[in-house]
This record gives sequence, structure tokens and C-alpha cells, in this order.
Amino acid sequence: MDRRKSIKAMFAGTVTSGFMFSGCLTDKEAELKSSDIAEGEIVAGGGYGRTPEELARDQRLVSETFFNEHEMATIAVLADLIIPADESSGSATDAGVPEFIEFIVKDMPWHQTPMRGGLMWLDHESNRRYDLEFIKASEDQQKAILDDIAYPDEVKPQFEHGAQFFSRIRNLVATGFFTSKMGIEDLGYQGNVPNVWDGVPRDVLEKHGLEYDEKILTQSIKPEERNDVMSWDDYEV
Amino acid sequence: MSFQIKKNASVYDICIVGSGAGGGMAAKVLSEAGYKIALMEAGPRFDPANPEQQTQLKWSYESPRRGAGTTRAFGDFDMAYGGWEIDGEPYTRKDDTKFDWFRSRMLGGRTNHWGRISLRFGPLDFKRKDFDGKGDNWPIGYDDVKPWYDKVDKLIGVFGTREGLANEPDGYFLPPPKPRLHEMYLKKYGEQMGLPVIPARLSILTKRIDTRRGACFYCNQCSRSCTIYGDFSSSSVLVKPALEYDNVDLFVNAMVREVLTDENGKATGVSFINKTDMEEYQVKAKVVILAASACGSARILLNSRSEKYPNGLGNSSGLIGRYLHDSTGADRAALIPSLMDRKRYNEDGVGGMHLYVPWWMKDASKHGFTRGYHIEFWGGMGMPSYGTGFGMENLNGLVAGKDGNMKKAGGYGASLKDDVRRFYGAVVGMSGRGESIPQKDNYCELDPEVVDQYGIPVLRFHYKWTDDERQQAKHMQDTFEELLTNMGGIMLGDKPGADEDHGLHNPGRIIHEVGTTRMGDDPKTSVVNRYNQLHDVKNVFVMDGGPFVSQADKNPTWTILALAWRASEYLNEEIKKMNV
Repeated sequence: MDRRKSIKAMFAGTVTSGFMFSGCLTDKEAELKSSDIAEGEIVAGGGYGRTPEELARDQRLVSETFFNEHEMATIAVLADLIIPADESSGSATDAGVPEFIEFIVKDMPWHQTPMRGGLMWLDHESNRRYDLEFIKASEDQQKAILDDIAYPDEVKPQFEHGAQFFSRIRNLVATGFFTSKMGIEDLGYQGNVPNVWDGVPRDVLEKHGLEYDEKILTQSIKPEERNDVMSWDDYEV
Repeated sequence: MSFQIKKNASVYDICIVGSGAGGGMAAKVLSEAGYKIALMEAGPRFDPANPEQQTQLKWSYESPRRGAGTTRAFGDFDMAYGGWEIDGEPYTRKDDTKFDWFRSRMLGGRTNHWGRISLRFGPLDFKRKDFDGKGDNWPIGYDDVKPWYDKVDKLIGVFGTREGLANEPDGYFLPPPKPRLHEMYLKKYGEQMGLPVIPARLSILTKRIDTRRGACFYCNQCSRSCTIYGDFSSSSVLVKPALEYDNVDLFVNAMVREVLTDENGKATGVSFINKTDMEEYQVKAKVVILAASACGSARILLNSRSEKYPNGLGNSSGLIGRYLHDSTGADRAALIPSLMDRKRYNEDGVGGMHLYVPWWMKDASKHGFTRGYHIEFWGGMGMPSYGTGFGMENLNGLVAGKDGNMKKAGGYGASLKDDVRRFYGAVVGMSGRGESIPQKDNYCELDPEVVDQYGIPVLRFHYKWTDDERQQAKHMQDTFEELLTNMGGIMLGDKPGADEDHGLHNPGRIIHEVGTTRMGDDPKTSVVNRYNQLHDVKNVFVMDGGPFVSQADKNPTWTILALAWRASEYLNEEIKKMNV
């Protein structure tokens, strides 16, 4: 832990990681990460620090099935209508959102009846309009239904229950996508790695009309000093 | 070392019940003094660096529920084994009480997940009755505790800045991290309102204090407990070193039932249930230190009933369980349009806010309350987890789209997907955490009918807020609204009114509950003396939040640590003088 390469790396001027001060990390810190786990491998703690009771619960939920094939197919169609692929990333189904929703309704059973009932409502509405189940309707027909239930501030009374359902599945699809690996990369989250915070990038502060004043600059931790042991000589309280 | 117990266990010098802040400190100080110690913990062993238990640096998608709080109240990665409800360990409420009790069953207790906000009480905080005539003064003052705060700062590490504020004493501070972007906004607009916006004081090592623990590498995950011990938790920082001595025995999964006493009324040890075989055992000790949390220790004392102590041990005053009080809390958030469409960079920082607002008013009595509160901030481009992307219909109708036109709230498709990106990092919130007035009529007691799965009578809570707390919450809401609005914010959700107690959280929710074995010089009006020692039984101490006479608007951990260290040194002297 005491091996330091900070100063050397800083002045070498060859930092390429895009993070200026990652060189202030010790070798060991730079290697820290969530342990890699091969797919299907059984790991103590379930790979994310579960207690034995929590792990047993996860395994029980995974072994159960809630949605039938038709429901899963409908969820997949809806999910990609809500989060389609674009130039930045793939679609909700590309990111495994239907499988996430299958898990989450078992994990949070209060979603089950509103979700199942909402899917039934959708098929009912589609049958009423087109004499087709929702997934058999054309994309334009599907969107015509969504247009009636996707804007909660201006929903006609006869579509209120559909709108309730749509807000719920929109939440689940959006969160399922943006918490997947693909979605987190799309969102541009750059953390969850050992690094050394040295403040907001200067150009960002400037854009917002802000700057670190002399007091902040003087009193804040200097990245290259983080591994020094604090000395209280000459420090008075 | 740790082992399974047999009934004929040897006699320890000291038995410590609980391994959180108070128990951990007592174990460290007294093990170094050479005493033979039994440390009792109701949960399992825990080390954040144990790969089976580690959650630090896990990604949301490594959890099938993406980190949601289904099984752990603060999310899958939060390091508290337990929560508001624990299977087989109920508690009850009476008279429409809404008190909630958070328990963590693991080595280190709740210090593994806490916010690391490490504030000293100030001179006024020990003498609030002198100021507003309410509640009671502590028997001790800031000068009595200051040397111990100093020692805690140096041993454990806390960052902050010396500000010279009257009731926010400075300490031995490590340098703070620079503010995040939203915190710079809060500083700019907060200072325009006359609020002091200063670096937070968190027990996180921005710089090393010894060669044992690593310096913070800024993952923002202190609530997951740090694998290199760059933050404070009792298990990592106090208990772990103590266990390296061979005079400390750790008993895990040991649910203490009661303190045992002899015919003279002196404590002789504790009895406990070993959760692994569900049998009852005893540990003999010459001194017992309770540090099982304010309510946990009160429960043990109330359950320690005998012919000599029919109302529980140390309870001649009848005050055990009374004066229970938690911090007040209220929150609000706003969308800050100028923080939309942000440039991306790693903004994790330390596990918590980099700036905060300490209580700033000299006298708030014209607003209908007298005790202060501080303001905590939240926001930024954090790791997306369950809930990210929720409620877009509450955001995307509030501001113009990229084309300059207002949109209908809600929607779907490519523009919705883009909205999630646009709003990422644009919501800023704040939380007030304030001082309540301790009330004799707010208490926990033994439920006359209910036992837990170990056969131990459980606690029943009775708690009502007063107008002081409600008016304080109203003031918080007004302050939040003013500051967020000044920042150009669009307030989210409706402002809670008087019918909702101005958003005041239920007591217990801030997890600062203290006061159940309060400290004083008069045995008729207090449970422990000024050294955390039971008035009635000299060889029993309480070293958690129970002895607090009042809790200030400061998070209690730093004061629990300072008082536990102080009381442990006192105990050491008393043993040497053969007074215990």
C-alpha cells in the first residue's frame, strides 16, 4: 500500500487515461474493482455481497416464473417503443429489460397485479380498436394507443387506467435500461472506479459562471498529498 | 479471535455488549489497557474487504434488482444487515405512535453504512436549557469533552475546515475535497441568502492518518463500507485492531438478553442467546458495558429484572427508556434547468456531501421554535440505480425541449430516451436535520405481551412530536424553497403543509435516537452519572447514545465516540482504584 508512483506519474506528463490524477493512486488501488465473475458461476455472496438469507431469496425468485410467453412478448414490444435503439445505444430489449421486469415483479410483488392487469387492458383496447392483440397490431396502431395513455396530464377519462399502467411500465423500462451496462454507458456515468477527485473541470465551472476561490484552492486536499500521513505539528485548534 | 461458547466460560474483566461506535471504542481503549474482554455482537462477523461481503465497486447491474431497497432498506449495496423490520425481532407501538427503529445486526453495527457526518457538539449544545428553558442541561460541558473529541479526530480522521464558528467547534481536520458543481451553486446562492455554506465534516480519509488505513479513492460509496478502510466504521477502525490482541474474545450472533446480578446487586455478566444453536448461555464479567444502541441497551436493562430490581437494572429513577428523542428531518428537491445537458465527468467524490450549512440563526423563537438544524445537500451525476429514469412525466413537461418548444409531460420513444440523458444530474435536493426537544413522555418500554423469537420481551414505543419540531420543519421547507428557487430551480412535488407536519419525518427515521439512559448528577432524574456509569450499579456502564441529555442538531456518532473513550478511561482509573 505504501508503494507510491504518484509524483512520478504526474510529472511524466504521459497520463492518457483521461483522468489527470489517476496517477496519484497506488498500484494496488488502481487495480481495485468489482471482481470479475464468469457467467453462470456460483459465487459466495451471489457476486454482490449477499448474506446467505438474501442469496436464498434471490435464487428462489429466479427459479419462479411470473409472466407467460404472451405477456413477455408484449412487454418486449412495449419496452422497445418506450426506449428504442438510436445512434447512441441499443434498445430496451437489447439491454435485457424484459428479463429485468420479470425479476422485479417477483422481487416487488406489488407490481404484479397492476402489470398483469395493465397488459390485459392494453390487449382489450387493441382488440376493441383493431380486433388484434397489441403485439399483432401495426406499429402505427400501437403508437396510436400509446398516444392516448403516455401523457398523464391530458388523459381522457376512458384511458385513465391505461395511463396509470403506462406510467408504471415506462418507469420500469427506463430504469431497467439506464441501469444496465449499456444504459449506464449511454448516460455517460464515469465513476465507480478508484480515482482522485480534484474538483469540477475548469471548463465546466467557467460555463456555469463559477470558480474556485483562493480559499477553496488553498484549503482543499492536494491530490499528490493524499498518501502522505497527516502531521499535526503546527496545527492548532 | 472468536469461538463458540460453552456454559462454563471463564470470567472476563469486562463484557462489552455491542460493537458499534461506543462498544468499538470501549473495546479498543480497554483492550489496550490490558483487560480481558468479551465483546458481544448480535450479528455476524463483518469485514468490507471480505469478497463474500463486499459491495464496494459493484455495478447496479450486478444486482438483479439494480440496487433497489427490497431487502436492504437503503438499497442492495448498503452495508447494514437488518433494517426497519427484522424477521423474528418485532417491536410495537402504542397510541398511534409512528416511531421506526433501524437496527443493524453485524460487527460494527450501524457505523458501516452511516453518513460519516462527524460533528462536535458545541458549548451551547450541552446547555440548551440555559438558552431556551426547555429540556435539561447536560451535567458536563464542551470543555469536558473537547480533549476527547481531539483524540477521536486524530485516531479516526475527519475532514473539514477551521471556521471559528461559535457553536460548531473546529477540530483536527484533514483537508476537505473541492465542492461538486451543484454544491458550488448552493454555495453561491446560499451565501447570497446569508447562509454559511462550508466544507462538510466527514470521517473519510482524504489523507492518511496512519499506515494502516488507505486514503479515499473517491467512489462515493462509504455507505457500502470501504474495503481499504478509508472511512470510519467501528468494525474496521476500532474492533479489527482490538481483535489482534489475544485478550479480546469476540462472540458473534450473540443476542444479549439481560445483565446478570448477584445478591448484592452487582452485575456478574450477561446472558445471551446463541443464534446458531438457539440456546442460552452466560458470560461472566466483573464489569458490563452496554453499547447496544440507545434503545437496545434500554431494552437489556429493562429486561434485567430481579427481586432486587423489579423494574429493571439501574432503573430506580424510573427513567430508563424515557426522553427518547431522534433528530428531526425534512427534505425537498428541485430541478435546476441550468444543470441540464451537463458535460459528463467523474463526479463521484467522497461518500457524501462536500459542503453543508451548519445552523446559522442566533434565535429562531420568533418562528415558533428554539433549536437549530443543519442542511445537508445531495445531487450530482451519481451511479444510476433502481429509480433512475423514474417519473420522467414529472420533469419533462417543466422545461422546453431541445427545439425550444414545451413538451407534453410523459411520452415515449427516442425523445423520452434523450430526456433521461438531459435530466441526468440536474436534480438537487436538501435535507434538514434538526434538534428536537427531549420529552419525558416520549419513551420505549417493555411490551407486556410480546416477545421476539429468542423469547426476549420486546420494546414498545410511544412518541409524539411537539410544535417546536413542526415549526422547525416549516422553517426548513421555507429555507429549502428559497434557496432552490434562487438557484433557478423548479420545485418538485408539492410543498408539504401543516396537515403533513411540513414534511417532518416520523421519529426514528433519521436514526439518531438517543436519550433513553440519560446522564445527570441526580440519581432521581437521571440513569447514568457524568461518566456513563449507572447510578444504581457501579459496575455497569452505558456507552451508546442512551446517555445523551439532548442531541443537538449534530449527528450523534462523534459524541458517542468521545464519551465512550472518556468513560473507558474513567473506568480504567476506577478499576485501578478498586472502586468498581
